[in-house]
Amino acid sequence: MGEVYVITSGKGGVGKTTTTANVGTYLSILGKRVLLIDADIGLRNLDVVMGLENRIVFDIVDVVEGRCKPKQALIKDKRFDGLYLLPAAQSKDKTAVSPEQMKALCEQLKDDFDFILIDCPAGIEQGFKNAIAGAQKAIVVTTPEVSAVRDADRIIGLLEAYELHNPKLIINRIRFDMVKRGDMMDIDDILEILSIELLGIIPDDEKIIISTNKGEPVVMDEKSRAGQEYRNIARRILGENIPIVSEEENLGFLGRLKRFLGLNNS
Amino acid sequence: MFEFFNKFFNKQSSKDIAKERLKLVIIHDRANVSPELLELIKNEILKAIQKYIVIDDKLLEIQITRTPSEQKGEFVPALIANIPIKSVKKTEILNNEADD
Repeated sequence: MGEVYVITSGKGGVGKTTTTANVGTYLSILGKRVLLIDADIGLRNLDVVMGLENRIVFDIVDVVEGRCKPKQALIKDKRFDGLYLLPAAQSKDKTAVSPEQMKALCEQLKDDFDFILIDCPAGIEQGFKNAIAGAQKAIVVTTPEVSAVRDADRIIGLLEAYELHNPKLIINRIRFDMVKRGDMMDIDDILEILSIELLGIIPDDEKIIISTNKGEPVVMDEKSRAGQEYRNIARRILGENIPIVSEEENLGFLGRLKRFLGLNNS
Repeated sequence: MFEFFNKFFNKQSSKDIAKERLKLVIIHDRANVSPELLELIKNEILKAIQKYIVIDDKLLEIQITRTPSEQKGEFVPALIANIPIKSVKKTEILNNEADD
């Protein structure tokens, strides 16, 4: 029986879709059966981040309106065993799927997967309520900016109100050089304000843009630091105890060699 | 090194400013009180108090802060007013009592 996660944020553009794509991809690389649901109806994007946009026949609205069976709408990712995408509709508005329909859909698909990750639309309107309806657990994504953290606080309050307790936090696009200069809030500052449990931190990494350009999740890039952190997050979701390193690693030659050999698991 | 210089010149880093602003804005968000609403409350309080006492309205401060609640040790929003009193209008009080 699968676990249903919703990946959400208050502010747009903080990296929900990238997080969904990468965490999901790596969970499937670790041998799990994973379904990614794009709940950002009307503005779908998970399909292009995954590089699966050319293979969409049916979408989530076709499923809930009964034009196809749920399994007919699932796109199997040929690169990774056990990874599937249920795309959002591009034309309909955010209210095309009701919370009840979302709940029923997740219930129906839960048995076939170990993990269902739902990519939530930004904001606190109906689309948000629809996306979280079927979820048991929530991951909140923010960046270290005033506006993103403020909106994350609103979302955390709303998740509580909808009885999605103990959401976990991912802080995206940290720039360690700016943190060091005192020009960017650090992890402790943000945790002090939001007081929720940290799941991971993702450094700002231009490889994210390169991988999104290609439609290949960045977890496939062994050298990318962001990719490494997404891999760590997936492992933490599976219960592995991987410490969160909140500073830029100053690896010497020996450190890099250790990491290359897989001896240094941070 | 930067930290040292910032402390030396007593200059606040932009992250500290961000953190302070965030804390304040989140307190207001959680209590669902906008600065405009706070201003209205302030004016009402001012009106009520000025009937009886002379206050220094330039130094009047009213804000929402977080205080630990008695239950569970959680933080709850609280309305805090700092009202500097210049003098008490004794005649006003007497007149009011006479009215009653």
